Amino acid sequence: MTAAVPMDERARRPLRNAPRAATGGQLIVWAALLLAAAAVMSLSIGSTGITLDALPRVITAWITGRTDASVAREQLVLLDIRLPRLLLGLFVGAGLAVSGAMMQGLFRNPLADPGLVGVSAGAALAAVATIAFGNGLAAVWTKIMGVYALPFSAFAGGVATTAILVMIVARQGQLATATLLLAGIALGALSTALMGLIAFASDDRELRDLTLWMLGSLSGASWPKVVAVLPFALLVGLGLPRLVRALNGLLLGEAEAFHLGVDVERMKRQIILITAAAVGAAVAVAGIVGFVGIIVPHLVRLVAGPDHRIVLPASALLGGALVLTADVAARMALRPAELPLGVVMALIGAPIFLHLVVKRGMGAG
Amino acid sequence: MNALRSGAALAALLTSLLGAAAPACGGGNVVTDGGGRQVEVGDASRILSIGGDVTEIVYALGAETRLVGVDATSQFPPRALREKKNVGYMRALSSEGVISVDATVVLASAGAGPPEVVKTLKATRVPYVEVPDEHSPAGIAGKVRLIAKAIGAEAEGERIVQQVAADFVSLEAARAKIRQPVRALFVLGVQNGRATVGGQGTSADAILKLAGAVNVAAAVNGFRPLPDEAVVELAPEVIVAMRRTSSSDAHGVEQLFTLKGIQSTPAGVGRRLILMDGLYLLGFGPRAAAAAKDLMASLYPDLAGANPTP
Repeated sequence: MTAAVPMDERARRPLRNAPRAATGGQLIVWAALLLAAAAVMSLSIGSTGITLDALPRVITAWITGRTDASVAREQLVLLDIRLPRLLLGLFVGAGLAVSGAMMQGLFRNPLADPGLVGVSAGAALAAVATIAFGNGLAAVWTKIMGVYALPFSAFAGGVATTAILVMIVARQGQLATATLLLAGIALGALSTALMGLIAFASDDRELRDLTLWMLGSLSGASWPKVVAVLPFALLVGLGLPRLVRALNGLLLGEAEAFHLGVDVERMKRQIILITAAAVGAAVAVAGIVGFVGIIVPHLVRLVAGPDHRIVLPASALLGGALVLTADVAARMALRPAELPLGVVMALIGAPIFLHLVVKRGMGAG
Repeated sequence: MNALRSGAALAALLTSLLGAAAPACGGGNVVTDGGGRQVEVGDASRILSIGGDVTEIVYALGAETRLVGVDATSQFPPRALREKKNVGYMRALSSEGVISVDATVVLASAGAGPPEVVKTLKATRVPYVEVPDEHSPAGIAGKVRLIAKAIGAEAEGERIVQQVAADFVSLEAARAKIRQPVRALFVLGVQNGRATVGGQGTSADAILKLAGAVNVAAAVNGFRPLPDEAVVELAPEVIVAMRRTSSSDAHGVEQLFTLKGIQSTPAGVGRRLILMDGLYLLGFGPRAAAAAKDLMASLYPDLAGANPTP
């Protein structure tokens, strides 16, 4: 049903435009408030019990350079553990949600999601290969790239997978749901199989590490990682606004978009590049975190309609809020131990996804 | 919020009190840890132990009351996980989780991870002592001495080192009596019909050798899953595996001998399976010599009768 919404929406646009725009504006405000709340929560909740009360002390100490042991501990937790974690969580959530929204626009299919159609797996394969061969075959690459080796590998893996997906789906002419999903599942399975091959060649300890990494987690957040994803975040942030018009045009169909003056092929390439940048960098820092890219844009469209001027920013804000909230749950559930973020996200996301499938008949089109 | 804050205040008070008392039990020790770093341990009044063997040594040193937290692999003594805070699996630590137990010294196995978290922890003011992960009698002595020095219990540590050395001497004497070494295979687990076996460089390989057996999987590197056919070729006379919970024992045994490859080996025909506690057998803590001796007694029932273990 949702697949058909864009058409209906366009047809009734003159009538519905005004109220939708109002709802869209409200949604963005609410999403920003939610994100702010989630960010405060992420900074002030953790197993040490240090709260934002400590922030003034920490800042004073930071400015004056005078610290005693207890303030040093608070400084470490707030500034070196929780703050990079907050920023990475924000990037991962916003990046995955926006990638989902862009892929759904590109494929004109509400089921397109980096996780479901294998882009995450492709990025993960490249990342796993980098981890496994980083000291051997790929030593030169990791040496030259330093902290950027992992995000760039994952980015390349994401680009390759998305490009293959586009080639397969485009050969069929019509962008059919079944082709997209099946091709994506096959690509995902292939990536997973190759990861299995790498895992087979690893010893017991590397194997456990790879398994834990694939479950997804933000627990290794650090400033170098924030620096590593920064160029990707910039690319996505600067690239997105330029794609809004093209994505809105694509809602009507490729031919229609072309007639609206959109350089369709060029735009497609840019969408692929930006999606891969966001997914690749997210996978590189947090492993595989599913469902953000499918449920967030979907909920946004349910409330505010398909206009990408609303969908993209609202998805980014809500995606960030969702991942930050899930991360707080992940770190508090078993404290001082931690649950993998990917597990928490799947526990939250899968039921919502099922609910959408059942209630909304999503993907029926 | 208020309760939380007063709790924190209380903890701070306790820390400072214990901290003041610490020098009495030998603070200010500089140790060279497993990673080659010089670590100064000023106050060992609140210990966090990460790694089953590390926790075992801390208990053996009689520092139980100073231990505030352990990791999920610290299964001996069993009360460790019941009574102390659990910071989770040692390969999936969380920086803040580790910091939250408010330890004054962290003793962590070299196997702890993920690397980013270990890096963050090493950068904190709390001394982080990396304990090497070695599978040899000398390695055990080194671990005990390192931990004993770090927590200021050298005398007790030396006593344990002597005890361990004596245990290994008597183990060696027992091993000398073996005329025909048994061909043994260590099976870590069975997944999808394939047995993961312990090859060269593993703790399993080390303990099999200490117990006077020949590890038939010595050609394999690390813990690896082996196809059925390869297991047939290795032709082990006995299979050694870890005992999990008491309830699933029977199940595990059945599963092992349902594998066609294992069935047709001499071990499968004779249904010779030795089950031992994982940490006891592979932990390479102070009990390693005893574990090797127990394993030897199971491997060579005839010898065990003539030479009863103390």
